[in-house]
Amino acid sequence: MQEYLDIYLTFARIGCITFGGGYAMLPILERELTVKRNWTTMDDLRDYFSIGQCTPGIIALNVSTFIGEKRKGIPGALCATTGFLTGPVIIILIIASFLQNFAEEPLVRHAFAGIRVCVCVLIVQAVLRLWKSSVVDLRALILYLIVFILHAFGGLMPVKIPAAVLVLMAGAAGILLSMQRIRATGKNNGKNSGKEGSAS
Amino acid sequence: MTILRLMYEFFKTGLFSVGGGLATLPFLYEMSDKTGWFSHADIADMIAVSESTPGAIGINMSTYAGFKTAGIPGALLASLSLAAPSVIVILIIAAFLNRFRNNPYVEGAFYGLRPASIAMITAAGINVAKVALVNTAAYAAGDLVGFFLPIPILMAVILFIAMRKLKWSPVVFIALSAVVGVILKL
Repeated sequence: MQEYLDIYLTFARIGCITFGGGYAMLPILERELTVKRNWTTMDDLRDYFSIGQCTPGIIALNVSTFIGEKRKGIPGALCATTGFLTGPVIIILIIASFLQNFAEEPLVRHAFAGIRVCVCVLIVQAVLRLWKSSVVDLRALILYLIVFILHAFGGLMPVKIPAAVLVLMAGAAGILLSMQRIRATGKNNGKNSGKEGSAS
Repeated sequence: MTILRLMYEFFKTGLFSVGGGLATLPFLYEMSDKTGWFSHADIADMIAVSESTPGAIGINMSTYAGFKTAGIPGALLASLSLAAPSVIVILIIAAFLNRFRNNPYVEGAFYGLRPASIAMITAAGINVAKVALVNTAAYAAGDLVGFFLPIPILMAVILFIAMRKLKWSPVVFIALSAVVGVILKL
Protein backbone atom coordinates (compact mmCIF):
# COMPACT_ATOMS: atom_id res chain seq x y z
CA MET A 1 0.00 0.00 0.00
CA GLN A 2 2.82 2.30 1.00
CA GLU A 3 4.51 1.68 -2.33
CA TYR A 4 1.38 2.49 -4.39
CA LEU A 5 0.99 5.73 -2.47
CA ASP A 6 4.64 6.47 -3.16
CA ILE A 7 4.11 5.96 -6.91
CA TYR A 8 0.99 8.13 -6.87
CA LEU A 9 2.64 10.96 -4.95
CA THR A 10 5.81 10.87 -7.03
CA PHE A 11 3.87 11.28 -10.26
CA ALA A 12 1.52 13.84 -8.74
CA ARG A 13 4.64 15.86 -7.99
CA ILE A 14 6.02 15.36 -11.49
CA GLY A 15 2.66 16.38 -12.98
CA CYS A 16 2.86 19.67 -11.11
CA ILE A 17 6.35 20.63 -12.21
CA THR A 18 6.37 19.70 -15.90
CA PHE A 19 5.55 22.64 -18.09
CA GLY A 20 5.14 22.50 -21.83
CA GLY A 21 4.85 18.73 -22.07
CA GLY A 22 6.67 16.46 -24.49
CA TYR A 23 10.45 16.51 -24.50
CA ALA A 24 10.50 19.47 -22.11
CA MET A 25 9.71 16.86 -19.46
CA LEU A 26 12.69 14.64 -20.09
CA PRO A 27 15.23 16.41 -17.83
CA ILE A 28 12.71 16.60 -14.97
CA LEU A 29 11.84 12.91 -15.29
CA GLU A 30 15.53 12.03 -15.37
CA ARG A 31 16.13 13.90 -12.13
CA GLU A 32 13.06 12.55 -10.33
CA LEU A 33 13.14 8.95 -11.52
CA THR A 34 16.76 8.01 -12.14
CA VAL A 35 18.86 10.34 -10.00
CA LYS A 36 16.61 10.65 -6.95
CA ARG A 37 14.81 7.31 -7.02
CA ASN A 38 16.56 4.82 -9.25
CA TRP A 39 13.21 3.61 -10.62
CA THR A 40 14.41 3.43 -14.20
CA THR A 41 17.48 4.13 -16.32
CA MET A 42 18.10 7.05 -18.65
CA ASP A 43 18.18 4.72 -21.65
CA ASP A 44 14.84 3.15 -20.76
CA LEU A 45 13.40 6.60 -20.23
CA ARG A 46 14.44 7.68 -23.73
CA ASP A 47 12.90 4.53 -25.18
CA TYR A 48 9.65 5.18 -23.34
CA PHE A 49 9.66 8.67 -24.82
CA SER A 50 10.12 7.49 -28.37
CA ILE A 51 7.34 4.95 -27.91
CA GLY A 52 5.15 7.60 -26.28
CA GLN A 53 5.82 9.82 -29.26
CA CYS A 54 4.27 7.29 -31.62
CA THR A 55 1.42 5.77 -29.60
CA PRO A 56 -1.99 7.27 -28.90
CA GLY A 57 -2.30 9.82 -26.18
CA ILE A 58 -0.11 12.29 -24.40
CA ILE A 59 3.57 11.40 -24.14
CA ALA A 60 3.91 12.30 -20.48
CA LEU A 61 0.97 10.07 -19.61
CA ASN A 62 2.40 7.21 -21.63
CA VAL A 63 5.73 7.47 -19.83
CA SER A 64 3.95 7.53 -16.44
CA THR A 65 1.99 4.41 -17.34
CA PHE A 66 5.18 2.63 -18.44
CA ILE A 67 7.11 3.35 -15.27
CA GLY A 68 4.15 2.60 -12.98
CA GLU A 69 3.70 -0.73 -14.75
CA LYS A 70 7.37 -1.54 -14.38
CA ARG A 71 7.27 -0.86 -10.62
CA LYS A 72 4.02 -2.55 -9.62
CA GLY A 73 2.16 -3.96 -12.61
CA ILE A 74 -1.27 -2.70 -13.65
CA PRO A 75 -2.23 -1.16 -10.27
CA GLY A 76 1.09 0.66 -10.30
CA ALA A 77 0.38 1.95 -13.80
CA LEU A 78 -3.01 3.27 -12.68
CA CYS A 79 -1.48 4.97 -9.61
CA ALA A 80 1.17 6.67 -11.74
CA THR A 81 -1.32 7.83 -14.39
CA THR A 82 -3.92 9.20 -12.00
CA GLY A 83 -1.12 10.79 -9.99
CA PHE A 84 0.17 12.54 -13.07
CA LEU A 85 -3.33 13.83 -13.93
CA THR A 86 -4.07 15.22 -10.46
CA GLY A 87 -2.13 18.50 -10.62
CA PRO A 88 -3.18 19.67 -14.10
CA VAL A 89 -6.85 18.80 -13.45
CA ILE A 90 -6.94 20.83 -10.23
CA ILE A 91 -5.16 23.78 -11.85
CA ILE A 92 -7.52 23.85 -14.84
CA LEU A 93 -10.55 23.59 -12.55
CA ILE A 94 -9.35 26.71 -10.77
CA ILE A 95 -8.62 28.51 -14.06
CA ALA A 96 -11.93 27.41 -15.60
CA SER A 97 -13.97 28.82 -12.76
CA PHE A 98 -11.87 31.97 -13.00
CA LEU A 99 -12.30 32.25 -16.78
CA GLN A 100 -16.07 31.89 -16.62
CA ASN A 101 -16.33 34.89 -14.33
CA PHE A 102 -13.65 37.07 -15.85
CA ALA A 103 -13.57 36.22 -19.56
CA GLU A 104 -15.78 39.22 -20.33
CA GLU A 105 -13.54 41.74 -18.56
CA PRO A 106 -11.94 44.00 -21.24
CA LEU A 107 -8.52 43.60 -19.63
CA VAL A 108 -8.70 39.80 -19.82
CA ARG A 109 -10.04 39.97 -23.40
CA HIS A 110 -7.12 42.15 -24.55
CA ALA A 111 -4.62 39.93 -22.76
CA PHE A 112 -5.96 36.82 -24.46
CA ALA A 113 -6.05 38.53 -27.86
CA GLY A 114 -2.32 39.12 -27.42
CA ILE A 115 -1.76 35.58 -26.18
CA ARG A 116 -3.51 34.09 -29.21
CA VAL A 117 -0.99 35.77 -31.52
CA CYS A 118 1.75 34.11 -29.48
CA VAL A 119 -0.05 30.75 -29.70
CA CYS A 120 -0.04 30.96 -33.53
CA VAL A 121 3.70 31.43 -33.48
CA LEU A 122 4.19 28.61 -30.96
CA ILE A 123 2.30 26.23 -33.26
CA VAL A 124 4.40 27.28 -36.25
CA GLN A 125 7.53 26.62 -34.20
CA ALA A 126 6.23 23.19 -33.17
CA VAL A 127 5.53 22.28 -36.80
CA LEU A 128 9.01 23.41 -37.85
CA ARG A 129 10.57 21.43 -35.00
CA LEU A 130 8.72 18.23 -35.95
CA TRP A 131 9.14 18.71 -39.70
CA LYS A 132 12.62 17.17 -40.05
CA SER A 133 11.78 13.91 -38.30
CA SER A 134 8.32 13.58 -39.88
CA VAL A 135 8.53 14.72 -43.49
CA VAL A 136 11.61 12.67 -44.31
CA ASP A 137 11.22 12.34 -48.09
CA LEU A 138 9.07 13.27 -51.10
CA ARG A 139 6.43 10.63 -50.44
CA ALA A 140 6.03 11.83 -46.86
CA LEU A 141 5.68 15.39 -48.18
CA ILE A 142 2.91 14.31 -50.56
CA LEU A 143 1.17 12.53 -47.70
CA TYR A 144 1.51 15.71 -45.62
CA LEU A 145 -0.08 17.82 -48.38
CA ILE A 146 -2.94 15.36 -48.98
CA VAL A 147 -3.83 15.16 -45.29
CA PHE A 148 -3.49 18.93 -44.90
CA ILE A 149 -5.83 19.66 -47.83
CA LEU A 150 -8.39 17.04 -46.80
CA HIS A 151 -8.36 18.26 -43.22
CA ALA A 152 -8.05 22.05 -43.62
CA PHE A 153 -10.46 22.35 -46.55
CA GLY A 154 -12.77 19.50 -45.52
CA GLY A 155 -15.62 22.00 -45.26
CA LEU A 156 -15.45 22.67 -49.01
CA MET A 157 -15.67 18.99 -49.95
CA PRO A 158 -18.87 16.98 -50.36
CA VAL A 159 -17.92 14.84 -47.34
CA LYS A 160 -15.63 16.01 -44.54
CA ILE A 161 -13.42 13.09 -43.58
CA PRO A 162 -13.18 12.83 -39.77
CA ALA A 163 -9.69 13.26 -38.30
CA ALA A 164 -9.79 9.75 -36.84
CA VAL A 165 -10.32 8.27 -40.33
CA LEU A 166 -7.45 10.38 -41.70
CA VAL A 167 -5.17 9.02 -38.97
CA LEU A 168 -6.11 5.43 -39.82
CA MET A 169 -5.66 6.02 -43.56
CA ALA A 170 -2.27 7.68 -43.02
CA GLY A 171 -1.09 4.69 -40.97
CA ALA A 172 -2.26 2.29 -43.70
CA ALA A 173 -0.62 4.43 -46.41
CA GLY A 174 2.62 4.41 -44.41
CA ILE A 175 2.62 0.60 -44.29
CA LEU A 176 1.82 0.33 -48.02
CA LEU A 177 4.56 2.80 -48.94
CA SER A 178 7.07 0.89 -46.82
CA MET A 179 6.09 -2.54 -48.19
CA GLN A 180 9.19 -2.76 -50.36
CA ARG A 181 11.47 -2.12 -47.40
CA ILE A 182 9.48 -4.47 -45.19
CA ARG A 183 9.82 -7.27 -47.75
CA ALA A 184 13.54 -6.64 -48.04
CA THR A 185 14.07 -6.84 -44.28
CA GLY A 186 11.74 -9.84 -44.13
CA LYS A 187 14.07 -11.68 -46.54
CA ASN A 188 17.10 -10.74 -44.49
CA ASN A 189 15.41 -12.00 -41.35
CA GLY A 190 14.63 -15.22 -43.19
CA LYS A 191 18.31 -15.68 -44.02
CA ASN A 192 19.42 -14.87 -40.51
CA SER A 193 16.83 -16.96 -38.74
CA GLY A 194 18.72 -20.12 -39.71
CA LYS A 195 21.78 -18.96 -37.80
CA GLU A 196 20.08 -17.29 -34.86
CA GLY A 197 17.48 -19.98 -34.29
CA SER A 198 14.96 -18.94 -31.66
CA ALA A 199 16.85 -15.79 -30.68
CA SER A 200 14.35 -13.54 -32.45
CA MET B 1 -26.30 11.58 -21.29
CA THR B 2 -24.01 14.60 -21.67
CA ILE B 3 -21.42 12.91 -19.47
CA LEU B 4 -21.48 9.76 -21.61
CA ARG B 5 -21.04 11.88 -24.73
CA LEU B 6 -18.15 13.73 -23.06
CA MET B 7 -16.48 10.45 -22.17
CA TYR B 8 -16.97 9.08 -25.68
CA GLU B 9 -15.59 12.18 -27.42
CA PHE B 10 -12.50 12.42 -25.21
CA PHE B 11 -11.86 8.67 -25.32
CA LYS B 12 -11.87 8.93 -29.11
CA THR B 13 -9.50 11.90 -28.97
CA GLY B 14 -7.12 9.98 -26.70
CA LEU B 15 -7.26 6.96 -28.99
CA PHE B 16 -6.53 8.69 -32.29
CA SER B 17 -4.21 11.56 -31.41
CA VAL B 18 -0.76 10.16 -32.11
CA GLY B 19 2.34 12.22 -31.37
CA GLY B 20 1.27 13.83 -28.14
CA GLY B 21 0.40 17.37 -27.12
CA LEU B 22 -0.75 19.34 -30.12
CA ALA B 23 -1.88 16.18 -31.96
CA THR B 24 -5.12 16.44 -29.97
CA LEU B 25 -5.91 19.80 -31.63
CA PRO B 26 -7.67 18.55 -34.79
CA PHE B 27 -10.00 16.45 -32.62
CA LEU B 28 -10.70 19.37 -30.32
CA TYR B 29 -11.68 21.55 -33.31
CA GLU B 30 -13.95 18.77 -34.60
CA MET B 31 -15.50 18.46 -31.17
CA SER B 32 -16.03 22.19 -30.95
CA ASP B 33 -17.85 22.22 -34.33
CA LYS B 34 -19.97 19.20 -33.48
CA THR B 35 -20.92 19.81 -29.87
CA GLY B 36 -20.43 23.51 -29.16
CA TRP B 37 -19.00 22.67 -25.73
CA PHE B 38 -16.24 25.22 -26.31
CA SER B 39 -15.43 27.73 -29.05
CA HIS B 40 -12.43 27.99 -31.38
CA ALA B 41 -11.29 30.97 -29.28
CA ASP B 42 -11.51 28.78 -26.17
CA ILE B 43 -9.14 26.29 -27.82
CA ALA B 44 -6.62 29.02 -28.63
CA ASP B 45 -6.82 30.28 -25.04
CA MET B 46 -6.41 26.77 -23.68
CA ILE B 47 -3.25 26.26 -25.76
CA ALA B 48 -1.80 29.31 -24.01
CA VAL B 49 -2.96 28.06 -20.61
CA SER B 50 -1.40 24.65 -21.35
CA GLU B 51 1.91 26.20 -22.32
CA SER B 52 2.00 28.19 -19.09
CA THR B 53 0.73 25.61 -16.60
CA PRO B 54 1.70 22.00 -15.97
CA GLY B 55 -0.05 19.44 -18.12
CA ALA B 56 -0.64 18.89 -21.81
CA ILE B 57 -3.31 20.58 -23.92
CA GLY B 58 -5.37 17.38 -24.21
CA ILE B 59 -5.71 16.94 -20.45
CA ASN B 60 -6.36 20.63 -19.92
CA MET B 61 -9.02 20.84 -22.62
CA SER B 62 -10.81 17.73 -21.37
CA THR B 63 -10.86 19.11 -17.84
CA TYR B 64 -12.07 22.50 -19.07
CA ALA B 65 -14.77 21.14 -21.41
CA GLY B 66 -15.90 18.61 -18.81
CA PHE B 67 -16.17 21.32 -16.17
CA LYS B 68 -18.06 23.70 -18.47
CA THR B 69 -20.63 21.09 -19.52
CA ALA B 70 -21.03 18.97 -16.39
CA GLY B 71 -19.19 20.51 -13.44
CA ILE B 72 -16.47 18.76 -11.46
CA PRO B 73 -17.68 15.19 -12.15
CA GLY B 74 -17.63 16.05 -15.85
CA ALA B 75 -14.09 17.40 -15.55
CA LEU B 76 -12.83 14.24 -13.83
CA LEU B 77 -14.59 11.79 -16.15
CA ALA B 78 -13.55 13.62 -19.33
CA SER B 79 -9.89 13.67 -18.23
CA LEU B 80 -9.92 9.99 -17.30
CA SER B 81 -11.57 9.12 -20.62
CA LEU B 82 -8.83 10.95 -22.50
CA ALA B 83 -6.16 9.06 -20.55
CA ALA B 84 -7.80 5.62 -20.77
CA PRO B 85 -6.84 4.63 -24.35
CA SER B 86 -3.19 5.52 -23.88
CA VAL B 87 -3.05 3.59 -20.61
CA ILE B 88 -4.56 0.52 -22.28
CA VAL B 89 -2.28 0.75 -25.32
CA ILE B 90 0.85 1.28 -23.19
CA LEU B 91 -0.01 -1.66 -20.92
CA ILE B 92 -0.26 -3.86 -24.01
CA ILE B 93 2.98 -2.50 -25.46
CA ALA B 94 4.82 -2.87 -22.13
CA ALA B 95 4.16 -6.60 -22.42
CA PHE B 96 5.66 -6.81 -25.92
CA LEU B 97 8.12 -3.94 -25.75
CA ASN B 98 11.02 -5.35 -27.72
CA ARG B 99 8.98 -6.84 -30.54
CA PHE B 100 7.04 -3.59 -30.91
CA ARG B 101 10.16 -1.49 -31.13
CA ASN B 102 11.64 -3.30 -34.12
CA ASN B 103 8.52 -4.33 -36.00
CA PRO B 104 8.79 -3.11 -39.62
CA TYR B 105 5.01 -2.77 -39.97
CA VAL B 106 4.90 -0.51 -36.92
CA GLU B 107 7.76 1.54 -38.39
CA GLY B 108 5.89 1.72 -41.71
CA ALA B 109 2.71 2.91 -40.04
CA PHE B 110 4.62 5.72 -38.33
CA TYR B 111 6.22 6.72 -41.58
CA GLY B 112 2.66 7.64 -42.62
CA LEU B 113 1.35 8.80 -39.25
CA ARG B 114 4.03 11.42 -38.57
CA PRO B 115 3.41 13.63 -41.65
CA ALA B 116 -0.35 13.24 -41.15
CA SER B 117 -0.05 14.35 -37.55
CA ILE B 118 1.85 17.54 -38.36
CA ALA B 119 -0.41 18.22 -41.35
CA MET B 120 -3.34 18.36 -38.94
CA ILE B 121 -1.36 20.46 -36.47
CA THR B 122 -0.66 22.91 -39.33
CA ALA B 123 -4.40 23.08 -40.03
CA ALA B 124 -5.00 23.71 -36.32
CA GLY B 125 -2.49 26.56 -36.49
CA ILE B 126 -4.51 28.10 -39.32
CA ASN B 127 -7.60 27.84 -37.14
CA VAL B 128 -5.86 29.82 -34.40
CA ALA B 129 -4.61 32.36 -36.96
CA LYS B 130 -8.21 32.87 -38.13
CA VAL B 131 -9.10 34.04 -34.63
CA ALA B 132 -5.89 35.95 -33.93
CA LEU B 133 -4.40 37.43 -37.12
CA VAL B 134 -7.25 38.14 -39.52
CA ASN B 135 -10.75 39.52 -39.41
CA THR B 136 -12.98 36.90 -41.05
CA ALA B 137 -16.04 39.12 -40.66
CA ALA B 138 -14.43 41.79 -42.89
CA TYR B 139 -13.60 39.14 -45.49
CA ALA B 140 -17.19 37.93 -45.53
CA ALA B 141 -18.29 41.56 -46.12
CA GLY B 142 -15.89 41.79 -49.09
CA ASP B 143 -13.46 44.10 -47.34
CA LEU B 144 -10.05 42.68 -48.29
CA VAL B 145 -8.03 45.50 -46.70
CA GLY B 146 -9.76 45.05 -43.35
CA PHE B 147 -9.18 41.27 -43.59
CA PHE B 148 -5.55 41.44 -42.47
CA LEU B 149 -4.99 42.82 -38.99
CA PRO B 150 -1.61 44.61 -39.31
CA ILE B 151 -0.69 44.90 -35.63
CA PRO B 152 -1.20 41.22 -34.68
CA ILE B 153 0.58 40.12 -37.88
CA LEU B 154 3.56 42.37 -37.15
CA MET B 155 3.57 41.10 -33.58
CA ALA B 156 3.58 37.49 -34.83
CA VAL B 157 6.59 38.18 -37.05
CA ILE B 158 8.50 39.78 -34.17
CA LEU B 159 7.60 36.90 -31.85
CA PHE B 160 8.71 34.37 -34.46
CA ILE B 161 12.14 35.96 -34.79
CA ALA B 162 12.47 36.45 -31.03
CA MET B 163 11.69 32.79 -30.34
CA ARG B 164 14.37 31.69 -32.80
CA LYS B 165 17.02 34.01 -31.36
CA LEU B 166 16.18 33.74 -27.64
CA LYS B 167 15.70 30.30 -26.20
CA TRP B 168 13.31 31.47 -23.50
CA SER B 169 10.51 29.34 -22.12
CA PRO B 170 7.15 29.74 -23.94
CA VAL B 171 5.68 30.99 -20.66
CA VAL B 172 7.77 34.15 -20.94
CA PHE B 173 6.58 34.89 -24.49
CA ILE B 174 2.97 34.21 -23.51
CA ALA B 175 3.23 36.59 -20.56
CA LEU B 176 4.84 39.29 -22.74
CA SER B 177 2.13 38.85 -25.39
CA ALA B 178 -0.56 39.27 -22.76
CA VAL B 179 1.04 42.54 -21.66
CA VAL B 180 1.31 43.77 -25.26
CA GLY B 181 -2.33 42.80 -25.84
CA VAL B 182 -3.43 44.88 -22.86
CA ILE B 183 -1.25 47.88 -23.78
CA LEU B 184 -2.33 47.95 -27.43
CA LYS B 185 -5.94 47.01 -26.60
CA LEU B 186 -5.90 44.23 -29.20
